[in-house]
Amino acid sequence: MTGTTIDLDRSNGAAILRIHGEITGGSEPELMGAYARAGDEVRSIVLDFDQLDYMNSGGIGLLVTLLVRTQRAGQRLLAVGLSEHYRQILSLTRLDEAISIHDDEPAALAAAASR
Amino acid sequence: MTATAPRHSRDEESWAHPVDRLVTTATGAGMDTVTGHRVVGPVQGFGQMWQKTFSVRLDGVDVTPEALVAHWKERFPTFWPSGARFYAPLAGIAPGEVALLEVAPVPGSPIKMSTGVMVIYADRESFTFMTPEGHALSAWITFSAHRDGDTTVAQAEALERTSDPFIELTYLLGANRMNDRFWEQTLENLARSIGVANPSVTARKVCVDRHRQWRYVRNLRHSPALSMAIGTVTAPARWLRRRRTP
Repeated sequence: MTGTTIDLDRSNGAAILRIHGEITGGSEPELMGAYARAGDEVRSIVLDFDQLDYMNSGGIGLLVTLLVRTQRAGQRLLAVGLSEHYRQILSLTRLDEAISIHDDEPAALAAAASR
Repeated sequence: MTATAPRHSRDEESWAHPVDRLVTTATGAGMDTVTGHRVVGPVQGFGQMWQKTFSVRLDGVDVTPEALVAHWKERFPTFWPSGARFYAPLAGIAPGEVALLEVAPVPGSPIKMSTGVMVIYADRESFTFMTPEGHALSAWITFSAHRDGDTTVAQAEALERTSDPFIELTYLLGANRMNDRFWEQTLENLARSIGVANPSVTARKVCVDRHRQWRYVRNLRHSPALSMAIGTVTAPARWLRRRRTP
């Protein structure tokens, strides 16, 4: 059992995955399960990190795997709710070049709708 | 307007801070081809994306995952197969540190490729390297240990793409398997160092993305394969020039 729970919301063709707790390599069933529940028809996946309190390098690897899946499905991957620390991690790993980071959910949904 | 208190996470001490350009404190390597370059991960690579997991069970040895990872960090260079050298940074394997490497492009080759890695993450049970521009792979490699029942298991997991089309071609021609063997031997050496007589490494390879990222074909400008080819072709001219210089 991991310390990860993910709630799924929808808004204007986007699926919002609200991450609670931690993201590690062991969070794959929760993250990929939530992505599968979002379905192929959504145009964008928004990851809400506001309630994230721990992420190790295995978790970053999981985000890359999710990124590949969304790219192959023609979907866009966006992120909101990142603390300064997690913004720095996405910058360090250069994931911010592929995941669109926004200050808040309305901004992310606006960006998702503008494709 | 109310000020929001900064959020602190349990992992903050484990991650390196972002850097624009790498700087190393490692010494002893013949060349430093890392300083001034940027790190690259699987997102910036060219070739197919592979997730490779190598693990070895440390049967019969009483060692905790934390103790094993401490041992691994402390003696990391000694576990590499012969022909490869790891020059540790002065502070050891710690977040933000940059090590230098010399690895043979093929086993037994007298030519060595100089490159490096940045330690982007390190805690008591794992540590992760990220490669720089000019490395054959655009990769993250995580070394970790965990318990499986009463046994500690050591693991090396790579998420990698080859950096450019030349390296991708060599991967198709056998370098992929050679790279696998490198990590298998490393885990065997680690296991032997703590008393496992006949270590058995298991490997799991998954092609996460079969597509090649042609938008990163310009990684060729940093290609170690291209540099080596140019160096080899121009070697006679450089040799002649040296002979003519009084």
